[in-house]
Amino acid sequence: MNFVKRREFTLFILIIIQILLITFRAPRFFSLSNFKDILDDTAILFMVAIAQMLVILTAGIDLSVASGIAFSGMSVALLNQYHPEVPVFIILLLSIAIGFMLGSFNGLLVAYGNIPPIITTLGTMSIYRGLVFVLSKGTWVSAHEMTDSFRYFPRINIFGISLILIISLMVIIIFYIFLYYTRTGREIYGVGGNITAAQYVGINLKKIKYLVFALCGMICGLSGFLWVARYASAQSDSAIGFELQTVAACVIGGASIAGGSGSVLGVILGALFLGIIKNALPVIKVSPFWQMFIQGFIIIAAIIINTIMSQRNQQIIIRKRG
Amino acid sequence: MIDKNKRLKKLNINISELLIRWETMLLIIFILITIINSRLSPYFFNYVNIMNTTFNFTEKAIIALPMIFVIVCGDIDISVASIIALCSVFMGLASAFGVQTWGLIVIGCLAGIIAGFLNGIIITRLNVPAIAVTIGSMSLFRGIAYVILGDKAFTRYPSSFAFLGQGYLANTRIPFQLLLFTILAIIFALILHNTTLGRKLYAIGNNPTAARFSGIPVRNIRLLNFTLTGFCAGIASILLTSRIGSTRPNIADGWELEIITTVVLGGVAITGGKGNILGVIISIFLLGFLRFGMGLVNVPGKVMNIVSGFLLIIAILLPEFIRNIRERILLGKERIRGGYKDETSSI
Repeated sequence: MNFVKRREFTLFILIIIQILLITFRAPRFFSLSNFKDILDDTAILFMVAIAQMLVILTAGIDLSVASGIAFSGMSVALLNQYHPEVPVFIILLLSIAIGFMLGSFNGLLVAYGNIPPIITTLGTMSIYRGLVFVLSKGTWVSAHEMTDSFRYFPRINIFGISLILIISLMVIIIFYIFLYYTRTGREIYGVGGNITAAQYVGINLKKIKYLVFALCGMICGLSGFLWVARYASAQSDSAIGFELQTVAACVIGGASIAGGSGSVLGVILGALFLGIIKNALPVIKVSPFWQMFIQGFIIIAAIIINTIMSQRNQQIIIRKRG
Repeated sequence: MIDKNKRLKKLNINISELLIRWETMLLIIFILITIINSRLSPYFFNYVNIMNTTFNFTEKAIIALPMIFVIVCGDIDISVASIIALCSVFMGLASAFGVQTWGLIVIGCLAGIIAGFLNGIIITRLNVPAIAVTIGSMSLFRGIAYVILGDKAFTRYPSSFAFLGQGYLANTRIPFQLLLFTILAIIFALILHNTTLGRKLYAIGNNPTAARFSGIPVRNIRLLNFTLTGFCAGIASILLTSRIGSTRPNIADGWELEIITTVVLGGVAITGGKGNILGVIISIFLLGFLRFGMGLVNVPGKVMNIVSGFLLIIAILLPEFIRNIRERILLGKERIRGGYKDETSSI
């Protein structure tokens, strides 16, 4: 347990160093309003990264998150365009329902079709993305075609905090309680840690595998609405490549792709790390084309560091036992 | 008890029959697609058209060959499309400095080999799942392409370079690419089906631990697979760059999905240890002709992606489904009621 704490602590220190370095290059980076912007910008990544972590905990992966976000976002944007009378609250619920359906499809294929998650979601990634195109016939929904209540929903201010951040924090807290204090949450860790043992203990593997994908889908659906509303445009390739960011956030936060380990706090810090880089690049006058490279580099570096650290940790355990 | 063993033996034979049938099934689907296509469009059954449409899939097919090795060993490589972009950018860079065709070929292949080797060395030496590493390198390699190119493009290549991707064999309408693919396919088929290396690949895919204990250098063979994949991605990149005559950072976007779909549809088990070249070759032409036919009747590319996504899922669901039904019929209810079904075998 000590070790897990230390990893998050290291990441925390890294983020502080990162902020200091950026401030050194561009002093105007260090301001409260800028940090608030960064948090607002990263709010969606926080949620989806946590949802992605649920899947990764069971030794799976969900590559269809970005396509799911685009699909749900496009559906609600079109609904808003053609039926502006539908209240935003209904739209919010509807987006979650759409996401739930997409996630359930993944989950059913993985749990009951016995298809490996990577293949399932690689397939549904292009299916959902294609469906966005079919749905919208290749057109965009832009800002002036949306109602004001739709567009300003994520920006509603409550005690100086935007609604998008509040929703994100609520999701994080709910998932935190779910993962650490409920039976099903602990079972998710069990399935990833040792699937054979989990089966012998009597955990319903199919249920857990289905559940993580369905939950991940729900969060993607919700994020789809928030995404489209925040950026005030829905297009066939919105959120493209976002799935890599969520996986990156998990890996940086110390979640193991092999399943069974990963913490909510770690993933949040991982997402924050990425969010700060994304926001800092223009501030320190680095071309945004570097972002993909940096992201890939960090994923691989994080994987290497994670592996080396966990191997060393195992050696310590063996030595203590001997 | 003896009776049950006999029935189990029969089941095994039936499963191998099924594998033979998988190829026949693919062939039947292939013929069906050809017939439907020729009904839908009068331009389909035309020697020149068919030869020219192979341009659209031979590059992917060339990467599908080493991908068979990778998947048979139970690994996966989703960074191939990014390796294409990386090689293409390096070739464009070299071409801008005045390097000639032969030099470009060497650079393309070398960049591919190095990229694949990097993947392989991290995966095998650190013992990390291949998915994790190749997700990272997918972003890293294409990221390098974006860093070098930004929003620009390389368009100046030597004129003799164009032959590789656009040329035909002398006096025939057979593309050079197709010949190259045929040669590579024969080499890969010989390695997989007629050498000890090929047998070792299946052994690793079925049980890596057992393979290691029987003296197979598992890590080095897997490393070789990834390097080969990189090399073939390099070749594909040379052909693609030469065919379209320009390099953009988003070149070959989304190809990894199509390549993996091709391999899995060809009957290679995603969990490793099963599959052969013939099935994959049929599936290459099947998918290629399907796309060609859809293109002739003006189906947009994104809709084609939906079709290939569904094909990928169905290709994996169907054999499992058939096997379940067969088991039910052959073994009756006893196995299902009493047996422990292993659900833990997934990557």
